[in-house]
Order: sequence, then C-alpha cells, then structure tokens
Amino acid sequence: MKSIVNTLSKSLPLANLLFSIVLLGVRMLFGLTAMRFPFFKSRLKEKNLTVQIKLKDNSRGRYFAIRDGKVISKSGIYASPDVTMIFGSARIALDILVPPRDQLAMVNAMKSFQLWLDGTDELSYWWMETLSLMLNAGTKYGTKVGKDVIRYTSNTNGGPVFVYVKDGRIIRITPIEFDNSDAKPWTIKARGRAFTPPRKTTISPHTLVFKSMIYSPDRILYPMKRVDFDPNGERNCQNRGISGYKRISWQEALDVVANEIKRVKRNYGPGAILNGSGSHHLWGNLGYWLGIRLRFFNNVGWTPVVHNPDSWEGWYWGAMHHWGHSMRLGAPESYGTVEDCLKECEMVVFWSSDPEATSGVYGAFEGTVRRQWLKELGIKMVHIDPFYNHTAALFGGKWFAPRPATGNSLALAIAYVWITEGLYDKEYVARHTIGFDEWKDYILGKEDGTPKTPEWQENEAGIPAKDVRALAREWGTKRTYLAAGGITGFGSACRCATGNEWARSMVCLMAMQGLGKPGVNMGGMQQGTPLDTSFYFPGYAEGGMSGDLAATALGVSLFSRFPQLPTVNTVYQRVPRLNIPEAILDGHTYGYPTDSKTIEGQFLRFDYPAPGYPPIKMYYKYGGSHIGTMPETNRYVRAYRSDNLEFVVNQSIWFEGEAKFADIILPACTSFERWDISEFANCGGYVQHSFNQCNHRVILMQHKCIEPLGESKSDFQIFLELAKRLGFAAIFSEGVTEFDWCKRLFDATDVPKVMSWKKFLKKGYYVVPAPKEELRHPVSFRWFAEDRLKDTPEIAPLPADYTEQVFRGLQTQSGKLEFVCSSLKRFDPDDPERPVMTKYIPSWEGHHTTELFQKYPLQLITPHPRYSFHTMGDGKDSWINDIKDHRVPIDGYYYWIVRINSKDAEARGIKESALVKVFNDRGAVICAAQVTERVPPGTVHSYESAAIYDPIGEPGLSPDRGGCMNILTPSRPMIKKSHSFAANSCLVQIEKWTG
Amino acid sequence: MKKWYLIIDIEKCGNCNNCFLSCKDEHVDNDWPGYSAPQPNRGQKWINIHGKERGQYPFIDVAYLPVPCMHCANAPCIKAAKDGAIYKRPDGIIIIDPVKAKGQKNVINACPYGAIWWNEELGVPQKCAFCAHLLDDGWMKTRCVESCPTGALSVHCVEDAEMQEIIKAEKLEVYQPEHKTSPRVYYKNLHRFTRCFIGGSVAVRVDGKDECAEGATVTIFNAANKKVSQCVTDNYGDFKFDNLEENSGKYTFQIAYAGYDTKTIEVNLKKSLYAGTIYL
Repeated sequence: MKSIVNTLSKSLPLANLLFSIVLLGVRMLFGLTAMRFPFFKSRLKEKNLTVQIKLKDNSRGRYFAIRDGKVISKSGIYASPDVTMIFGSARIALDILVPPRDQLAMVNAMKSFQLWLDGTDELSYWWMETLSLMLNAGTKYGTKVGKDVIRYTSNTNGGPVFVYVKDGRIIRITPIEFDNSDAKPWTIKARGRAFTPPRKTTISPHTLVFKSMIYSPDRILYPMKRVDFDPNGERNCQNRGISGYKRISWQEALDVVANEIKRVKRNYGPGAILNGSGSHHLWGNLGYWLGIRLRFFNNVGWTPVVHNPDSWEGWYWGAMHHWGHSMRLGAPESYGTVEDCLKECEMVVFWSSDPEATSGVYGAFEGTVRRQWLKELGIKMVHIDPFYNHTAALFGGKWFAPRPATGNSLALAIAYVWITEGLYDKEYVARHTIGFDEWKDYILGKEDGTPKTPEWQENEAGIPAKDVRALAREWGTKRTYLAAGGITGFGSACRCATGNEWARSMVCLMAMQGLGKPGVNMGGMQQGTPLDTSFYFPGYAEGGMSGDLAATALGVSLFSRFPQLPTVNTVYQRVPRLNIPEAILDGHTYGYPTDSKTIEGQFLRFDYPAPGYPPIKMYYKYGGSHIGTMPETNRYVRAYRSDNLEFVVNQSIWFEGEAKFADIILPACTSFERWDISEFANCGGYVQHSFNQCNHRVILMQHKCIEPLGESKSDFQIFLELAKRLGFAAIFSEGVTEFDWCKRLFDATDVPKVMSWKKFLKKGYYVVPAPKEELRHPVSFRWFAEDRLKDTPEIAPLPADYTEQVFRGLQTQSGKLEFVCSSLKRFDPDDPERPVMTKYIPSWEGHHTTELFQKYPLQLITPHPRYSFHTMGDGKDSWINDIKDHRVPIDGYYYWIVRINSKDAEARGIKESALVKVFNDRGAVICAAQVTERVPPGTVHSYESAAIYDPIGEPGLSPDRGGCMNILTPSRPMIKKSHSFAANSCLVQIEKWTG
Repeated sequence: MKKWYLIIDIEKCGNCNNCFLSCKDEHVDNDWPGYSAPQPNRGQKWINIHGKERGQYPFIDVAYLPVPCMHCANAPCIKAAKDGAIYKRPDGIIIIDPVKAKGQKNVINACPYGAIWWNEELGVPQKCAFCAHLLDDGWMKTRCVESCPTGALSVHCVEDAEMQEIIKAEKLEVYQPEHKTSPRVYYKNLHRFTRCFIGGSVAVRVDGKDECAEGATVTIFNAANKKVSQCVTDNYGDFKFDNLEENSGKYTFQIAYAGYDTKTIEVNLKKSLYAGTIYL
C-alpha cells in the first residue's frame, strides 16, 4: 500500500486528497479499535481533549474531540485545540502516517520543523501514545504452553531466558533450548574429532535468580523522600545514609526533581548536575546505561561521570602501547581462535584468568563446553593466579600462585629463560617487532645490574625458580595459547599497582613466541567462536536510542540504519568516576579519558572543574553500586554527606548501597517489566563482536513479561515524565513508546530480512546461522605473522592509524609489536611509573612497602565475584545469598566471605565460618572466614561488588558488615597519568571479630 | 517399566550452583499440588552441594558433590511415613504427598542422606521430587539438568537392565552404599570426593640450581609392602597417586631417577597429602 501511496502522492492534489482520506482512516480506526479492545476503550476515557491534525498552511485538517471516551471527529480546522499536530505538507504527512512509517522522513520532518506538536507535553504525548496503542492493539507476543502459562523471552547480563508467566506472575526462568526450526550449530573438526556445541543457551547463576530479585522485599515500590529533606528549607545533607524515608507520590517526586534541575541550572549555570551509572545496568539495547539515559541527560545538560576503563586497566594504560587495539581498550581480537586452538595448540596458560567465574563478560557458561573439549583432547592447562580459581578447579593443571601484584616479575623471569636458553622465535622477533634488544638488555641485567632470573623472581612473585624454568621450557617448546584475563584481556592482575606492567609483559611474551602463528595466540576458548559477524545486530555500546554520537559507538553502524534525533550534551565538564568524592569534597580533581578511538586519546588530561563551569551541586545517580564497586569507598559515603551536594536523587530498582544516600528515590522497574530488544553477550563498542564468546548468536525480544511492580516505572517512563516537566518530551520520545522504539531498532538490523516482526515478537528470539566452513574468519594475528594485509572483520584501527598502508600492520607507530613503545617515548619517556618498555616496578602497596607491610601483612585480592555480577544477584534477598560459597549465614545475617590460608588462620586463632574483621587504615569490613588451601599463606581472597552496604555505626566511619571489600582498597591510581583502579594491591590485617 | 535415574559426574561439577538455583526457581512460591508444596525462600537445599578441598597449598584439587533425594529403590522414608504419605511411583520417583505428610516431621530423620527438609511454616517435610510435575507434563529433563552447563548432571529414563550396563560402562557408584537403600542417583568419579591422594614434587640440583626432575619413576607401596601403583613425574617433577582410602595407614613411595640414588619416603595417610618437594 505504501508504494501505491508514494506513487500517487507525487501529484500534489492527489497527495492532499490522500491526506484527507488517511485522516478519515484514522478516525475509523479509533472506532474499530475501541470496539475490539476494551483496554483502548478505557484508555480513551482517561482524558478529555481536542486534537487537531492539519497541514501547516491550514488548507486541510481534521480534528478529534475526545469526550468521556467518545471520539467525535470532523474534517476542518478547530478553533482552539489542546494539541495540534502540524505537517509541513501532505507528502510528509503520508510518509509518516501511512504504515510502515518512514522513520527517516519523520526524523527529517522533525528536524526541519515540518512536523510539530503544539500543546502541553503531557497532552501531546498522551495523544501520541494513544495513536501508538491504537496501531499496536492486537499485537500478539509470547508462546502459550498450556495450563494458562505463557512463555516469554528476555535477556540478561548472564544470558537469554525463557520466562514462564501465569496470572501476571513469573513462575519460572530457564535457559533457551532451541527448536527444530532454529539454525543448526557449527562443527569444528580437529585432531580426528568433530566438536559441536549443544543447541541451547547457558545462563549464569545471577540470571537464574531473577525471580527472587524481581519479587525481592528490597524492591523500591513507590517514590520516597528522605524524612528530613526539605527542598524549600532544611536539607540536612549530613544525615544522608542515616535518616529514614517516607513514601511520596510520583507527582511530588517528579516535581521536586524537575524543580531541582531548574533551580540548579538557574542558580549555578550549566554543568552543575552530575549523573553517573554503575558499569552495568539491566540488559537491553534501549535501556542500558548507554541508551535512554544519555538521551535524557543530553537534553538536560550535564556533567557526565567518566568511566575508568573498568576491568581493562593494565590493558588500556599499558598493553595498548605495545600493540594498539585501542578500540578494544588494549585487549586483542580473537577471531578464529577457537578453531585454531582446538587444531593446533598444545598448551593453554591461564594467567589471572578465571572464565568459569567471570563468564568472560556476559557470556554465561558458553565457553565451558569448549574448555571441556580442550581437556578431552589432552591439551595441557596451566593456571597462574594467587587464588586456586574455579577454572583451575574444574579443569585441573599445574597451579602457580604468585604474590599479588608481582606477576610481571614472573613474566620477566620466563623471558630470561627463553633468552638464555634460546627458546623464543628469533625470526619472528626480528621481522615483526621493534626494540627487543633494548628490552633483552634489561632482562639480562645489562641496564640495571640485576638479571631477571627465576631466582631473582623468587623474592618477588615467590614461585620456586625450578618451577619457573620448567614452565618457561614447556611454554617455549609447545604451541601455546595465553589466556591473560577472563576474556582476551581483562583479569585481576591488570587491576593492581603493577597492572600495566603485567599486561605489557603478556604482550611481550607472546611477541617472543610468534603471536599469530598456528597454535600461538591469545585466549582461553572464551572468545573466537566461528559465528557470522556480517549479520548486523548492534550491541548496547552502540547507544541504542541515545542519539549520542560522541559518547557511544552509535555513529559506527547503527546511526545510519536507525534514524533518530541526535542528542548533544552541551556541557564540556567531566568528572572521573574514581574521583567523584574529591570532586565533591575538595572541589577539584583531574582525570585521563577512556578513549577507544586512538592510542593517544588516553594522554589528554582533563581537569575538574572545567574552565567556566560551576562545581557539582546536584547528583542524579542511576542505581546503588559504587560503594561495593569503586575503590576506598568510605570516600563516597563522606561525599554523599557533604553540604556541597545540595540535592541527590537516585533512580534505582532496589533499596541498597548508595541508593540509601539519596534525598529522593525514584523506583525503576526491572527489564522483565518493560520492553527492550538485544542480543546475547553483544555489548558492541569496546568489545566488538563480543557475541563470539557464545556458541550461537541469539537475538532477543525482551518481552514485557509482567506489569511493573508497585508504582515502579521503566527508566524510559521516568525520564519521559521529567522531560514533560522540562519541555522536551517530544524530543526525548520522538512521540512514540518504548515498544515502538524496539520496533524501530528491529527495523535497523538485519533480522527483518530473515524473520518478520510479527514472528519475532511472538517467538521472541532468532538464532543467526553460523557461516559455512569456507566462510569462517581467518585467525587473528595470522595475517600479521604472515606479513599480509589485515583480514579479520573489524574496522579497527581507523584508517589514519595505519602507518604504511591501510590494513598493513598494527596500530603502533611502527606497525609492529613494540617492545619499546613509540607512543610512550613521545608522551613521557621518563615517567618512572610507566617506562617506555616494561620493567619490574615493585607495588606501591605490597611486600616492599615495609612499614605498612608490617602493620598489614596480608595481601587482599578482590576479583570479580563468581555468582553475582557487579552488584546484581547479591543482596536483595536473592537466592544467590543461599550459595555456600557466596555468603555465610551466621545468627540469621548473611556475611560476605574472606578466604584465608589455614596457616594464617591458625596463627590468628580463626576457625572456619568465624566472624573476622578485615581492616586497614581505610576502613574495616566484617566477614565470615573460609579457611582454605586455595590461597598461599600471606594472600587473602574475597570478591568485590557486594550490593549491601551496612555500616554498624556512623556511615563512612564504622565497620561495614555488608561486605563492601572496596572500602579497604586503595583509591590511588595505578599510575598518576591514568584514571585507573588498583584494587588488587591492598594490604590488610585480619582478626577475630568479637563485636 | 522404565525408571528415572540421575547421574552426576563429580569431575564435571564446578560448583556453579545452577542446579541448586533452578530448583529454587521451580519451587519457591510455586505450589505443585500432588507433587510438592512451595519451598521456603531460605534454608532448604533440595540439591545440596558439598565441597571438598584435597591436599595442601600448592598441590590441591577441589571437588563438589551435589546431593539430592536419592530416590532410593529401598527408601527408608517410605517406611517411616504414615498413611502412605511417601510413596514410590512406578517410574521410580519418590514423592512426599504434601497433604498426607503434613505434620510428619519424623520422616526427615529417616533419610540417611539428609535429603528431606522440614517446612516450619507449612508443617510438611519436603524434598526433591525429580521435577515429576514437569516430566508428567512432557518435559524430558529436570530443571537442575536443564540448567547444568557442564553436563555433570544427566537424567536417564531406562529399564533397570539398561541402567546396569551404563553403571558398568561408566564405572558409576552410589554415594555411601553402606546405607543399603539402593539409590537411583549414581555418581561418576566419586573418588574425587570420597577418597584421597598422595602427591609430591621431585627435584635435583644441577650446576648449583634447583631443577624439576622430569621422568622420575615413583612407586608406591602399602603397609603390607604391596605395590599399589607406579607413575612417572611430569615436567614439574610432580607425581600424584589418587583414589586411595582415607585413614588407610602407612604407605611408602620410592623415587627412582637415573643418575641419582633411589629415595624412599614413608607417610601415614589420613587425608590427601602433599609430600612437598623431595630433593634427590
């Protein structure tokens, strides 16, 4: 029909006629829909208003008067409508009104003021939403499975799920088992065997417990105001975190927040409003923190909290200088590596790598079956980690436990053995690297008089020299994959005082062994499955409906497919996330950017306050995770209690962590209570093609499975309500609903080519077929090792970042693997904290900091948690708390666990499950002790990211029994010229808790 | 008549807890009349995962033993229950009738595996019902098996004879056979949990440096001086004899390495033991 309309409307008189006919059609549709659908009939009873739809020149129009549920419509121009929908011309109107709507035409019309709404935001959006509901009435979704149960689909940070709903309540959440119509999986033939993954998805524990989190007693079910907060009187900022809350209406809550936004802008100027999110949000391309949130705040004008390259630290600030990969925050690509590893590799070294605990990132247990294949093939595994981690426990293999933050010394000692025994690829080093001889001299001690021998290493990492030699000899003679970190990159060792040097040495070791040659590559089977990367579906870092071309990867592929109004933050001021407390308490701080465009992006220091900008006066926080996840977090508590912050609002799902420090709390609902659309483990952006952690590409409709609990609302709806009060509802929503935005995003992808919207909506998922064997991607770095142009499917580096020729060489200045880094030579060749080549630098908080070490002789490491993800899954009365290895119930309270070697425990009289105080000068946390052999004496292990902050006395000054181990970790950056997190350099003492 | 069996491979269990959590998802707040009353939000573990560390730093391994209701062919709980409150279905699944069992707290003590839990609020004993409500609805597997990412758990609906063949082929065992209840839950690689190992590392001095002794032959003898097993050290000089009985007394092991004197070490085995680095 659309094509006929397009043809006819080439004639202006016909277009005008069609416009009138379409409006008549709208009128008829109102009647029909109200007749067929009771919900629509009652919708029409919500408001009395008159809406005029007309052409700009008033030549044609029709008005709709809604009175007590009845719609009276007449052709012509109404004298005083409540809402007027104005089209520049009949042709534009037809593009927009005749389905399927031409989104680009609509956005263009809005931008050129050829489509406009006159009237209050409240009534205008109500009208637009009514139109949307009318057009979508009768939409069917979900699968009936009998006994009044409907099976919906959703997606989470830990994998996609079926959601079984009965009588409006979720009864069950399961992984997705594919049906016969779904695409068949790939098969890799290696060493006489064929390996095919199971036809289902896996899910993480924190996903399996969503039912308990959705119906959690900690859900915030209505807006709340701190009892002693009065926006027009005493604010009592010092009582944040202490005084209680009272229920208020949405009307009041939204009015306070909107008025505060206006007041702060009026009184202080642009940029006095700070907003930040945790590193993670509930899954979904629209709803993630890089989506709707940015669309809203860009229209408010805000000082963004700049994220540190969280979990990528050493790769970003260190390794990137050796091999580029800025697009991946310094971590390598991984194409084709699963197949190469199965076929060619003889050994995998897992170094600070525990994919069985961290799921890569978002990858559930997809990699587990592949590591089982390694075991079946008898491929040896080695685990280097101060903790006998879960990957080691499941698969076995030799375990080395270096002292925390000394891994670089072990790497240098391995290089020493290779150099002195000739166990490295000399031809490769000569051809594909620069600076090796200079580094070699350092290793051999020619530079500083200290040869980096395995014996020298014993006083640092503490691994017996004989074992280092044995490892180096085996590695130097076997085709070896290096899994450095939980994906390719990542890992706790990159988040310590010496994290840069560890990650840098990982690259240098692989450069010595011929990175890219068959069986010699990065990864531990967590990434690199042979999936179809050409099928377009975006990841969340591509910005969804953010409209933000600067702060997301929207501009790369999605924007040209997904017409939407761009949004721009006009404020240049930024606050580095790790220094939020300093920004608030001291009034000044600085940071370095997380910039994935190019290597040099990280050198551009920025200061707070930015020139001409006011200090932060209002903090709009998204969720409650910082106390559990940022370093030295009593600082954040103190910042919250400062008068410098005049207003704090938290938009949160659960009443936990720093949500309890807000003046106003806005209750958001979970992703199971709203619409969204997404793909399994596809974050896009900084981990391009990250879905290749999965065994199948699975694209999902995130059905609105149930209604929002209590009075909670979706983030979209909350922002929309505020936008109405600030006059930008139309710009924010573009006049459509969340559901419509999902459809628009669907239309922007390749899914409509293979599955209709109707079917996708009903079934809920689509499995992208794997490419046939001949079309699989080449192995990462193979092109590099073989001196060919880059042939892996990523558009990085950017063309300008190649030196000789596009696609030739790496992103480094030389195009080679650089043992001595050109970028660091240019930036700061004399920086003792980050030398131009990797050297052993003792930790600034470790066994060489004698005085502190005597006081606090235990080195605490706090990797990412195993069962929970970030703060998801923990607390909230979720079932995760019932897992024996997650929290320990003692007298009815669920304590976080600290793991301590039996000798250290005995010396302190600590028994299994005893309550202990873990402390240093920064604070104290009460934990349950787990006495174990899984850590060496002197090292203690816990996890970061507790959701619960529960100080036993004054917040910020007393021990926490919620388990926020990050109260203890240092806020000092790894190196000054960075914005980095060194949590795993943390000296503590532990004693029995008798409080 | 085919019967349901659950097979658990200890070697493949990584303690992810998906089995435990999916069981809670299926049963907390969900009433399956005739099969099971709702599980309380906290406290019950219908599949209870026990963990075991073996050895001493730095030579250890870890195993996990998920223990559900064993659905015993000879179930003592059936005898302990009154009014037929606990019964065995023809397919082998043991069901506690949530109505008839009301108030029968004593049955929880009848289970030697501690697999029956008392629901204080509802006043009923409860346990794993093998997701019978789902199997009767056409599901092919239980929730715990569906969510297990490693294949450590699997269900099999087979004739008894067929199961005997699987047991033989896969070397399956029951946990704590001394209870003589004929469980329908079988374990593979159970020794990782129930038995112990002796391990050690062999090293030599070469040119003033310590070196791992790869290829040394280590032979282990029991108290009766009978050879138990023999192995060759790997490139780290490591050796490990597994599947020994805990508290089984004195063992000696001999280390033979070309060019060095044979060394004999005696140990008294109580639990898994790492003998440390042995220099020849």
